Amino acid sequence: MGAQLRLLRRRINSVKSTAKITRAQELIASSRIVRAQQRMQAAIPYEREITRAVTGVVSNAASVDHPLTVAKENPAKAGVLIVTSDSGFAGGFNANVLREAEALRGHLEGRGLSVVPFVTGRKGVAWHSFRNREMGGSWVGFTRKPAYSDAKEIANTLIESFKDDNGIDEIHIVSTEFVSMLTQNVVVKRILPLEVEETEATESTVIPPYFEFEPTAADVLESLLPRYVESRIFTALLQSAASEEAARRRAMKSATDNANELMRVLTQQMNQARQAEITQEISEIVGGANALADAAAGKE
Amino acid sequence: MVIAKTVDGEIGIMPQHAPVLGVLVEGGVLRVKRENEGDLVAAVHGGFISVADDEVSVLAEVAELGTEVDVAAARDALDRAQASIEANQEDADAALEAKRARARLRAAGEEV
Repeated sequence: MGAQLRLLRRRINSVKSTAKITRAQELIASSRIVRAQQRMQAAIPYEREITRAVTGVVSNAASVDHPLTVAKENPAKAGVLIVTSDSGFAGGFNANVLREAEALRGHLEGRGLSVVPFVTGRKGVAWHSFRNREMGGSWVGFTRKPAYSDAKEIANTLIESFKDDNGIDEIHIVSTEFVSMLTQNVVVKRILPLEVEETEATESTVIPPYFEFEPTAADVLESLLPRYVESRIFTALLQSAASEEAARRRAMKSATDNANELMRVLTQQMNQARQAEITQEISEIVGGANALADAAAGKE
Repeated sequence: MVIAKTVDGEIGIMPQHAPVLGVLVEGGVLRVKRENEGDLVAAVHGGFISVADDEVSVLAEVAELGTEVDVAAARDALDRAQASIEANQEDADAALEAKRARARLRAAGEEV
């Protein structure tokens, strides 16, 4: 067998096994998306209700000053929670989040704030430690299946730092929003201090009712706000988990497609090489036979 | 009618109740009295109750329906918590744990 032929066979085999791996990854990701989406859906009612409750308190009790609602006069430090994934093989998923986080960093530093990153996910943590960036906190190991307790832990760290006089004065969150299987967007949100949106009243706007509070508005707010932050972080983690799987599925699908295309091209080249070898062998045999016949004819 | 326990005491909510936002106690029992059906009982650990537009929503960090409570496990948890309270009077975690276990047992309709 020709050396070129052997080389092509070897390459085809290696591409084939790569395709098998990427195909398996694609299937695993597809099945995980469904579960991640279900978890995401399950958390929606809680977040909606808690947002409604916070809206109710804040719009009813404008006089309530809570450290978590009031913007500090001279903000010096901003905390940015960056939600990335633990594992790679997800195309541009982490790169997109980190790029957006860098843009936010530039923007905040432009306002004269120093930025403290809080990072979830091994990829983001590795990215920061490689650049020797100091992190306010890092959490790894749960990005595929975040639990509420994970969100709670993160929220506690952020809120503690927020309440501390020398701590952060703003909390932003950079994460990936799951729109559909095909679309995931990186979003940047400010969770604290709360942003009061003055909206135009439309027919669909429900004016929050005038609440009575048990025991008092301030007490309700005191225990409501940490829950609200937790819930926002939990939602971001769940959305990010679903987006991660969707991004991985897409990346693995295009890797499988590429491998199949490569296999097709290589098979063609291999067949050509084999055909060329056969043709050469035949012409050598024919040539040899002719030479023998000529030699025999010459003897006579 | 919804009966819940807030930090101020028990609150009962009938239709047309004025909007209320209350903080629930740790280890409380929530009871929903329904027409033509039995009561819906749940153990609720912390969280909020919000009443608006004739809609009651209960936001709890942890909650368990009475029918889903594992009675044996809850009783076991209560025994363990009480044992550690006896050993150490200032064990706040154990006191909380005992409260929760009691709420779960009460939600399941057990005598505590």
